[in-house]
Amino acid sequence: MELIKLDFYTQGVLSIAALIGLTSFLMLGQGRLLRLIFVFALQGLLLVLATALAGYSMGNFHLYISASITLVLKVFLIPWMLHKQVYKLNLHRDVEALKNNTAVMLGGATLVVFSYYVLHPVIQNTSVVLVNALAVGLSVVLLGMLLMISHRHAIAHVVGFMSIENGLFFAAIVSTRGMPMVVELGIAFDVLVAAILFGIFFLHISRSIDSLDVDQMNRLNEVDQ
Amino acid sequence: MNWIFAFIQTLLFIALAPLLVGWVKWWKCRLQNRKAPSLLQPYRDLLKLTHKQPLVSHTASWLFIATPYIVFSAMILAASVVPLISIDLPTAASADVIVLVGFFAFARFFQALAGMDVGTAFGGMGASREMTISTLAEPAMLMAIFTLTMTASSTNLASAIGYVLDQGIVLRPSFVFALFAMILVAIAETGRIPVDNPATHLELTMIHEAMILEYSGRHLALIEWASAIKLMLYGVLISNIFFPWGIAVDFAPSALGAALLWLLLKLAVLAVFLAIAETALAKMRLFRVQEFLSFAYLLGLLGLLSHIILEASR
Amino acid sequence: MIAAYLLLLMPLAGVVFFALFGHRPRIGRINIKFNAFALLMSLWLALNVHESGTLVSEGLYFLVDSFNVYLIVLTAFVGLTTSIFSAPYMRHEQQKGRLTEKRLRLYYSMYQGFMFAMYLVLTTNNMGILWVAMEAATLATVLLVSLYRTPESIEAAWKYFILCGVGIAQAMFGTVLLYYAAMQISDAENALAWTVLIQNASQLDPEILEISFVFMLVGYGTKIGLVPLHNWLPDAHSEGPTPMSAVLSGLLLNDALYAVVRNKMLVDGATQSHIAGYLMMGFGLMSFLVAAIFLHRQQDIKRLFSYSSIEHMGLMTFAFGMGTPFATFAALLHMTVHSLTKSAIFVTVGHAAQIAGTQRIEKIRGLIKTQPSVGWGLLIGTLTIAGFPPFGVFTSEFLVLLATMQSYPWLTPFLLLGIGLACAGLFRNIQPMVYGKRPEGQQAVEANLWPVIIHLVLVLWLGLSIPQSLSDWFNQATILISGSAPL
Repeated sequence: MELIKLDFYTQGVLSIAALIGLTSFLMLGQGRLLRLIFVFALQGLLLVLATALAGYSMGNFHLYISASITLVLKVFLIPWMLHKQVYKLNLHRDVEALKNNTAVMLGGATLVVFSYYVLHPVIQNTSVVLVNALAVGLSVVLLGMLLMISHRHAIAHVVGFMSIENGLFFAAIVSTRGMPMVVELGIAFDVLVAAILFGIFFLHISRSIDSLDVDQMNRLNEVDQ
Repeated sequence: MNWIFAFIQTLLFIALAPLLVGWVKWWKCRLQNRKAPSLLQPYRDLLKLTHKQPLVSHTASWLFIATPYIVFSAMILAASVVPLISIDLPTAASADVIVLVGFFAFARFFQALAGMDVGTAFGGMGASREMTISTLAEPAMLMAIFTLTMTASSTNLASAIGYVLDQGIVLRPSFVFALFAMILVAIAETGRIPVDNPATHLELTMIHEAMILEYSGRHLALIEWASAIKLMLYGVLISNIFFPWGIAVDFAPSALGAALLWLLLKLAVLAVFLAIAETALAKMRLFRVQEFLSFAYLLGLLGLLSHIILEASR
Repeated sequence: MIAAYLLLLMPLAGVVFFALFGHRPRIGRINIKFNAFALLMSLWLALNVHESGTLVSEGLYFLVDSFNVYLIVLTAFVGLTTSIFSAPYMRHEQQKGRLTEKRLRLYYSMYQGFMFAMYLVLTTNNMGILWVAMEAATLATVLLVSLYRTPESIEAAWKYFILCGVGIAQAMFGTVLLYYAAMQISDAENALAWTVLIQNASQLDPEILEISFVFMLVGYGTKIGLVPLHNWLPDAHSEGPTPMSAVLSGLLLNDALYAVVRNKMLVDGATQSHIAGYLMMGFGLMSFLVAAIFLHRQQDIKRLFSYSSIEHMGLMTFAFGMGTPFATFAALLHMTVHSLTKSAIFVTVGHAAQIAGTQRIEKIRGLIKTQPSVGWGLLIGTLTIAGFPPFGVFTSEFLVLLATMQSYPWLTPFLLLGIGLACAGLFRNIQPMVYGKRPEGQQAVEANLWPVIIHLVLVLWLGLSIPQSLSDWFNQATILISGSAPL
């Protein structure tokens, strides 16, 4: 497969896939919450681009709708809410010292390889582009999980959680050019509710342990000491 | 004919370089609500400097005096191998990108030596900082360039640009990464904000300026000019590799004229972006430069990887 | 089908109603009425299915067949009995000052929200909506886990939210892959409809479906509480209000397993192999054994029974994984009796904790002297869940054992070991709680033990003889899932 033989849509999706993967790595290595949120919004924007591009190439109206939902939700609303929380809880000057950053980055790279490995069987009966995009989608999901493991801050966890949703959404857009409308609306609703719930949780957590460092939430154990 | 053209193009390169510096300065002034100097101010500065008597410290050796000439000629040689308005260059055929990077390294080597030669504290400090940054920037730049050369299957700049031009508009993920890497490297190598501030002479923050602090008169003029050429070289590399459209493929006067206009336009736009970035960003601490450059390296590497994974034919 | 719509609309109306009026003094009774109505609707629906077979709504949005209708009835039933228990329980909590009016409103509103999500999981025909409803169930319950606002409960809720959210994201990826595979053979709108998928299962790309199933199992498996993804479960169960533990344990886990089984049916159809079954058996057996061991180390009474839930879910997953008609029948029966028993146990445990004023096992002593009804309830409940004859759990576990001996005889010792371990783990903790020396000043509390009695009598009945109509019902579901009737 030569890149130049592909149509513009595929080239665009591949480029966006690469950039989305990059934003995931950027988030992984980011200790400042505000920047983390900014990069997350950027990832959302790339997602919107991918969706709109898919909608354009298909002439599919409902993809435009889901693109606008994503735009409102993931680029504006959720980053704005998180932003507000960060200022409200006076965290905008904090820099989280990330432990083992190198190891985490290497781990991230391994996860990308793993995603390719997992999805390799699909290669045999579909285009290579699709496998790439799906693999990137899966790696964004896995990198989001890694983000949650490596960061200790609750807000970083939420960003990771939401970026997992981004990865899923991207995989859905690229592989199937969007889920059915009902499902998509349902997912958007879930994401919205989750975002609101997270806002409530920040309040509760900071009241109960006076910090948003989730490492301090260690009262519950597998077996009681 | 070809050789004559190559010669003219190099001259054009040298002549236009201060104008680009003036243009960036003009925009920076406007963006910062200051009254801008004329676009020709850099030429006037150079002229004024050549009229002044160069003062050389008595502890300086011959190296100190030779360096401006060496740096300047290295930059001219570099300028001669980079396709400016046409890709059909005989000089470009004789040297490839790696040689170009070599020219830069060569000039920097002598500049660092000269900085240490006089024995002042600032010279040594500037030299060591400059070398630190360049050791980090060079691999990143090579990575970005390798991405290009792997796509074009040639390290020769002219044929690589020709290849990109031939393919028409293709969105390559690897080029997006390489472009970003290249921009970051260019900022670091030409000593612009946020890595270095060309306008400062504060002791603790300057890098490039500290190294050339002892120069005066025509020596300084040559070094400043060489820096201007370097800035333009990076600008031309970025615009001609990643956006080669408009460059002439033959010597038809109309094509050349159009190419010149396109080039000026591209450089002008690029310079505006640089001015905006320099206005919006603050200079970062020296110890964070390595983060900046390792990010550039990462981008370059990703470009290379995404070329292999996403684009290479299987 | 009207019954199904009413079943869904009622709790939806309940969400709004209780959000507005959930703090009124006699609101617990209204909650009971809402759930009683839902139970009636589910019985009507069951009658419909019994008469006319599988129902599919127009536009393929809803599906009710013999497999899910029995779960719907079970859900409605446990929902009702738990609401009967929760009315005095929540009043007691409010009197003790642990809950404000606002939180009470939240509690009742989200109780209905959770029931809605459960009914939607069970009735939907769309694999995408199934996922959405599963996620909605998490979202509805997450604030209930942290209802008391103690640091522990907030931690538990956060863990529950994050782990289940991340886990279920994997299921979404599986769904995307499934949709992708389905797009190759069907039109876009109906490509996620389960009825369409199962009809064309043999044409689906087996490799994609295998990958998809792995993601589904990991995703929904987090909700089932399969080891090693079970971490949230004991925390969420132990820190939330007891009625919540009862419905989480009795319903949510079942529904997650239901989602996995639906997917397994598709994968089996596509691959014509037993790969999905092996995966489920592996995860199930591991959960079963690990949870049985963890039972011995618990010091919190609700955590103790949450591990017991993990253990039983593991056993069901294992049985569904075996996939023989016999094993499937056993798994269905076990699902029923476990739901009934476990919610009954959580009800008594809730009262026991109220009597002792703590959930620490070492502080709960002499229940049988303080309040014999609670003490006996806990003892009999534990006997039941540990699998003593003549209760229904014994029957179903015995059937699982028989099925294992038929198909994989070398796995039987592991099952026996797990059952033995679990039994010991439960009784070493329960015995002193029930019979131990009664602490000074321990008072009986207002308790409504009717749900416990009803549940345990039902389980006893199922252990002694399964009514013909019910076994026919199970048979039909078994035929649907595994392709042929047991025995």
